[in-house]
Amino acid sequence: MDDKFVELFQDFRAKEEELIPLLQHVQNVEGFISETAMKRIASFLNIPESKVFSVATFYAQFRFAPIGKKHIMLCRGTACHVKNAPKILDEIENQINIKAGETREDLEYSLETVACIGACSLAPCIVINDEVKANLTTKAVKKIFRDDRKKNG
Amino acid sequence: MERVNIVIDNIPVSANKGQTVIDAARDNDIYIPNLCHHEDLKPAGMCRLCVVEISGRGITTSCTTTVEEGMNVVTDSTGISEIRRTTTELISANHTRTCFTCSKNNHCELQRVTSFVGLDPDVDSMMRHRIEQLPVDDSNPFFTLDMNKCVLCGICVRTCDELQGINAIDYVNRGPHTIISTFNNQPLFDSACKSCGECVARCPVGALTFKEFQNPSREARTICPYCGVGCSIYLGSRGNSVVSVRGDREGPANRGSLCVKGRFGYEFVNDTQRLKVPLIRKNGVLVEAGWDEALDLIAEKFSGYRKERFACFASAKCTNEENYVIQKFTRAVMGTNNIDHCARLCHAPSVSGLAQSFGSGAMTNSIDEISNTRTIFAIGTNTTYAHPVLALQIKKAVRNGGTLIVANPKRIDLCSHAQLFLQHRPGTDVVLMMGMMRVIMDEGLEDPEFIAERTENFDLFIESLREFDLDFVEKTTGVPKEKLQQAARLYAREKPSSILYAMGITQHSHGTDNVLAVSNLALLTGNIGKLSTGVNPLRGQNNVQGACDMGALPNVYPGYQKVDDERVRGKFLHAWGADLSDRPGLTHTEIVGAIDRGEIKALYQMGENPVLSEADSGKIMKALPKLDFFVVQDIFMTKTAEYADVILPAASFAEKEGTFTNTERRVQKVRPAIAPVGESRADWQITCEIARRMGAGGFDYTSPSQIMDEINRLTPVYGGITYERVENGGLQWPCPDTGHPGTGFLHGEKFQTLSGKGRFMPLRYIPSAESPCSDYPLILTTDRSLYHYHTSTMTGRVRGLRMLDPGELLLVNPADADIFGIEDKETVMITTRRGSLDVKIKITDICPPGIVSMTFHFEDTHTNLLTSSALDPGAKIPETKVAAARIDRVRA
Ligand code: SF4
Ligand code: SF4
Ligand code: SF4
Ligand code: FES
Ligand code: FES
Repeated sequence: MDDKFVELFQDFRAKEEELIPLLQHVQNVEGFISETAMKRIASFLNIPESKVFSVATFYAQFRFAPIGKKHIMLCRGTACHVKNAPKILDEIENQINIKAGETREDLEYSLETVACIGACSLAPCIVINDEVKANLTTKAVKKIFRDDRKKNG
Repeated sequence: MERVNIVIDNIPVSANKGQTVIDAARDNDIYIPNLCHHEDLKPAGMCRLCVVEISGRGITTSCTTTVEEGMNVVTDSTGISEIRRTTTELISANHTRTCFTCSKNNHCELQRVTSFVGLDPDVDSMMRHRIEQLPVDDSNPFFTLDMNKCVLCGICVRTCDELQGINAIDYVNRGPHTIISTFNNQPLFDSACKSCGECVARCPVGALTFKEFQNPSREARTICPYCGVGCSIYLGSRGNSVVSVRGDREGPANRGSLCVKGRFGYEFVNDTQRLKVPLIRKNGVLVEAGWDEALDLIAEKFSGYRKERFACFASAKCTNEENYVIQKFTRAVMGTNNIDHCARLCHAPSVSGLAQSFGSGAMTNSIDEISNTRTIFAIGTNTTYAHPVLALQIKKAVRNGGTLIVANPKRIDLCSHAQLFLQHRPGTDVVLMMGMMRVIMDEGLEDPEFIAERTENFDLFIESLREFDLDFVEKTTGVPKEKLQQAARLYAREKPSSILYAMGITQHSHGTDNVLAVSNLALLTGNIGKLSTGVNPLRGQNNVQGACDMGALPNVYPGYQKVDDERVRGKFLHAWGADLSDRPGLTHTEIVGAIDRGEIKALYQMGENPVLSEADSGKIMKALPKLDFFVVQDIFMTKTAEYADVILPAASFAEKEGTFTNTERRVQKVRPAIAPVGESRADWQITCEIARRMGAGGFDYTSPSQIMDEINRLTPVYGGITYERVENGGLQWPCPDTGHPGTGFLHGEKFQTLSGKGRFMPLRYIPSAESPCSDYPLILTTDRSLYHYHTSTMTGRVRGLRMLDPGELLLVNPADADIFGIEDKETVMITTRRGSLDVKIKITDICPPGIVSMTFHFEDTHTNLLTSSALDPGAKIPETKVAAARIDRVRA
């Protein structure tokens, strides 16, 4: 199988303790961890596929779908939570038509919820790619995505 | 077993050394609450319910602590109660409270824990949050995984890992979102799960439950009716139906484990299509008849076809007693040795080959010795499919640090547990093993002492080894030299080493040579005649070993006593009071030929389905109509029974008493769970009735135990195997007298050959009868499914097994699929020199390029129309494993 995985794995020695580094490496290169990638890691390390999936899902850092062109991270930390983050989440889900943890089929958006991003004074807040949007209200959310739609025609 | 003394709650008790405190308490009838503990699994120490106080150590989990001499354990105190209560409150807080409708009601460990600990209703309702609806997976036909009832004890995960080595399930997600799930959250049906149900049997709560579960009103301890492993089961029934199966933890072959067929494959017993009354063909149609009419007719007809015009097919599915009676009938009443059964089609070369080299054609070792083997050489056995519970022992050996070498033309599941995989071409087994022996000799790894003291014919053998230089071996087998060398070194050096093999070795026109290569390899390295060391043919059917032992073979009486030995014949003549033929009878395949030529005119068949199971079965389909009189005894109508003149309804394994002999030569007790269905009768009763109506004496048995008494008297290897002695766990032959404990492994002191020595056999390479050519560029080989048995007369009537494996698939390598331009799931026509049929394909790299594979389980895809009947000259087994074939696209 002379495919991209041979190249992806070339710096590894097929030791079981390399599982997490491998997952990280694949995610860095591919942007997410696909089903095929997990299967190939399992056979490369000679460990069960279920083990790879178990470990990968244990860590919040791993994603199982490609991220969208716009990756939205919504903070669910305490400060944001008390300042209505759940409502904000509902609104975003509404606007872009996917649930947290998902990527839209057209790969335009992906949405995930994260723990405190250290901007509590700006709560509630989200990050779109690298840009922080602070002190959000549902109205503000509507506006963000309306502008977005306009921009994209 | 070494014992240690400890004190639990001030009561002195004794425990097994190395046991955990919780197990020691249980053995002394002291309950310590627990959820994540299971005695078959490594301690996990996760739920913390099993905490106890141990002097000098304080409060600690009893499931992770091993007993020590003088240990003082307190199982309850205010402090302990406190810990347990908090833990229980947390575990039970979000648990669905639907006990009344839960199938674990009354045997749920969480109920037991909560009732023991005692929950405070106020605290309980305070802790109870919104109950999330978690996923329920009911994709598997036999069981359901309901996360709403899961306590995350991990017993299922550890069972699937530690015991099954399948790892279909694991923890997924983390923290409060943790669930038990499969790879990528696939439904269990689509996952790696093999539906063994072992995790379900161990889940302490209602999270993993059997779908069709009914508590039985009574249980019979008996033996699984499928493969030769001989798992002991408790067969549960209600009224006149079989409703449950559970593994018997005392069963020597399985220690409680079962595979999917054994655990879930019992539905056929209750099937409405069971034959319930005798049928007689009148004016071309089968009509219902009374027993008297049918038996009188048979007695009258059979009387006209004595001696060589008669033949009998006995059955590896029936009991020892039944096979004994039917061979006695054939020999003493019908006056012929024309009796054989489907062992001819599976292990005839083992019986004849190992008889030449060792003097006895059976597994040399016991199943439970396998896990202590350091090197296992598994050749031509798809063990995880055909002998699933025995395969657990192989996996255990690997877990114990042993090495597994798999030699197989196909990349079977077992390869995932192997350190070394030799993928040799079909039909090149002799070359592969002679190559290994060449390496062993070249590198001086043989066992000269063993060869000198315990073997003969070494020089001739060594002479024949010369032909097999490693270049030739590599070229012929397709296995790289280095791998061959590695395998040879491991097998010769890392002892104890043991060989396991099955039909990949035997079903060839040179099957006997293959078996002899196996025995040469063992003799050369002294790998025989010791614990966990030997040559082990894995026998297929539940009682194929027994049917052979009982003389359902054309050349031997019970216990492999030769029919052409005057002394032996004299003994049976005297015992049975009848004239006996000294001429060995015809084999299975030869009988079909003799029917076709009009020489055999009457056939009596018990529990077989040769129209589907016989190689090149066009031949038998052509022959059967030529019979004057054909009697079939079975539990279902079959493709073969369609040719019968009289069909007699037989009782199934669940309805009769007797014994089965498993692959490790262990004679085990079969006990009825229900009464015979309809008017069906046990096969031994039917045969005896026919014999009596023909005026024969010696068929007045009133119970199977009387038959066994006669077997004991006439069969030296079964001399001491009485019903009384096989009550618990059975006995392994040879067991000459009632003082003998039975034999775990064979050939310890000497071999059973005349000289007492193991005999080397010179060998040369004989290619398979057919090889690929331009018209037939592929090799068709045959295999088994995990979910079906033989011609699936039984498994085909189990709905869930049909769902898991609904029909035949021709396995094709992606490269071949490309060449033939065919796609996955496409229906193609496969053709061999004997015929064609349509079959759906599955593209997979289990098969190497050039090789395609099918099972023969399915009536609507009659694989054996294609297989080759090239016979092994000695053993007369047909070459079911190799046929030249071609694939054509079916035009739409
Ligand atoms: S049924 Fe058997 S294979 Fe399937 S998950 Fe349970 S233990 Fe594993
Ligand atoms: S499904 Fe059963 S065995 Fe598995 S973790 Fe849950 S409670 Fe334990
Ligand atoms: S391994 Fe064989 S004997 Fe055991 S349960 Fe399965 S089919 Fe029955
Ligand atoms: S809680 Fe949202 S940024 Fe800290
Ligand atoms: S039983 Fe000991 S920690 Fe669960």
